[in-house]
Amino acid sequence: MTEAPERLTEAVAQQRGHIDVASFSFWYGKTQALRDIEMEIAPREVTALIGPSGCGKSTFLRSINRLNELIPGVRRTGEIRLDGENIYQAGMDVVTLRQRVGMVFQRWNPFPKTIYDNVAYGPRINASPKAAALEEIVESALRRAALWDEVKDRLRDSALALSGGQQQRLCIARALANDPEVLLLDEPASALDPIATQKVEELVYELKKELTIVIVTHNLQQAARISDRTAFFYLGKLIEMGGTQRLFTSPVEERTEAYITGRFG
Amino acid sequence: MSTAAMSGSAPRVRGLARRRGVSIVMITLTCIAAALAVVPLVVILGYLLKQGAGALSLDFFTHMPVPVGEPHGGMANAILGTLLLIGLASVVGLPVGIGAGLYMAENRGTGLANLVRFLADVLNGLPSIVMGIFAWQFLVRPFGHFSALAGGAAIGAMMIPLVSRTTEEMVRTVPQSLREAALALGYPRWRTSLQIVLRTALGGIVTGVLVAVARVAGETAPLLFTALGNNFWSLNLSKPIAALPLQIFSYAISPYDEWHAQAWAGALVLIVLVLVISILARYVTRSRHGGGGD
Repeated sequence: MTEAPERLTEAVAQQRGHIDVASFSFWYGKTQALRDIEMEIAPREVTALIGPSGCGKSTFLRSINRLNELIPGVRRTGEIRLDGENIYQAGMDVVTLRQRVGMVFQRWNPFPKTIYDNVAYGPRINASPKAAALEEIVESALRRAALWDEVKDRLRDSALALSGGQQQRLCIARALANDPEVLLLDEPASALDPIATQKVEELVYELKKELTIVIVTHNLQQAARISDRTAFFYLGKLIEMGGTQRLFTSPVEERTEAYITGRFG
Repeated sequence: MSTAAMSGSAPRVRGLARRRGVSIVMITLTCIAAALAVVPLVVILGYLLKQGAGALSLDFFTHMPVPVGEPHGGMANAILGTLLLIGLASVVGLPVGIGAGLYMAENRGTGLANLVRFLADVLNGLPSIVMGIFAWQFLVRPFGHFSALAGGAAIGAMMIPLVSRTTEEMVRTVPQSLREAALALGYPRWRTSLQIVLRTALGGIVTGVLVAVARVAGETAPLLFTALGNNFWSLNLSKPIAALPLQIFSYAISPYDEWHAQAWAGALVLIVLVLVISILARYVTRSRHGGGGD
C-alpha cells in the first residue's frame, strides 16, 4: 500500500463485530500466502475481498475463524483482533471463536440430516437449550435466512432434498443459529444460478444490519452490488482497500485498476 | 504371413493374424482363470448340500448333541455358542477397530498413524493358531480354565485389523467440506469426528464389520485353545463354550458315520451363516450408495 489505510472512527470500532488485522502473515509450509496484512473491518457492513485466484483472499477469510490451522505445516505471525481481543492469543478458545464467527462455504455442505437438525446442530451442542427454546432458535434462524416460508412444512425432511440455492441458505441459517457477530462467506453464490444468487445477495443485504459480513467473491459486479468496502488482494498482499464505490470508480493503485477493468486475473 | 498376399497395404497389416491369435488365447486363458476362481466355492457348496442336507432337520437346530446311536441329535448349543462368541468378539473388536481406524484416517500422515496401520496389517496376516496360543497363554492359563470370554477375545483381536482398515478407508471418503462445516459451527474436533465423520461413514463401516464377522465366525484354531467346546447348553461366559467350527472339528475326526453326517450339516449351516452375512454386507453397501447424496 502506498499510504496508510484510514482508520475507522472510535465510535465504529467500539461496536460488536469489529475486526482489526495487524501485520498478519501466513505460510503453508514454505509458501507464504499472506504478507503483512493491515486491515480494519467495520461492523454492520459488508466487506468484499477480491483478487485473482491464489491471491490469498480465501486464506485470509479462513484465518478469521482459525479454520486454516487444521492443515498440517501452517504458520502465521501478526494478530487478528475481534472486538479488541487477539484471536490467536494463548487463552482464546477456538470453539467459542467459531461460534462467534460463522462461516458459509462455496459449495453448500449441509449435514445428511433433516432440515431442522441441520439448523439445530450448533445451538444444541453449544448451548444445549430446552426443546421449545430450540424450536424458536431454529425458526428465527430460518426466518433470518429467508428460508422459513419455503421449508416450514417439511422441517423433518432431508436437507439434501432441497435445491442448491435453498441448501446454501440453509447453511447460512445454520451459521446464524449460533448467533454469531461475524459471518464469513467464501464465494457463497459462485455455484448458484442467477435467481438463487439474487436471493443470497438480498439476504446479505438484510443481514448486514446486525452482523459484520466478510465475503470472498470472484464476481466483481457482485462485490460492487453488495459490499460497502472492498479489499483487493494480489500475490498475498493487500494492495488497496476502500469504500466500494470509490475503489471501483477511482482506484489509487494501478494493479487494482488493471484487475477491475479486466486486464488480468 | 497369411495376409501378405493381400496387396500393397500388406506391411500395415503384417502380424495382424498373429495379434488376433494372441488376443484370443489371452481372452480364453483369462476366462478359464475366472471360471477356476469360482469353481472351489461352487464345488464346496454343492458337496456340502449333498452331504449335509440329509442330516439337516429341525432337530439339528433345536436339539443338543447326543451319544452315538441315539436319534434326534443336534447342534443347538454350538449355534448358540458361535453367536455368543461373535457377540463377545464384537465387544472386543469393534470399539478398538473403529477407534483405531478413525485415528488413522483423521491423523493421516503422522508417524503414529503409519505405525498403527503397519502393525494392523501385520496383525491381519498373523496365523490364527498363533493368536490361539497367545490367548491361551494370557487368558486361559492364568485363570486355570478355558472360557467363552477367552475365545471371544481371541477372535475379537482378529477382527481389529479388518475393522480398522475398513473404517479408515470409509472415513477418508467423507468430504472435507463436511468436517469444515462442523468445525466452523464451533464443534470440537473430537465431536466432529464422532458425530459427523463417523456417522457419515457408518454405512461403509457396517459393511466392513459384517465382513469381519463373517471372517471370524468360521475360525477354529484360536477357539481350540480358548473356548475349547462344550457338549452342553451353556450361557456361562467364564466356562468353556461350544462353537460350530469346534463341533464340526470334533465330529469330523470321530470314527462314527452319524457324527460325520452331523459335521457336514454343521459345515453347511456355518457356510450359509457366512453367506447370509456377506449378502447382508453387500445389501448395506448398496443401499448406502443408492440413497442420499446430491
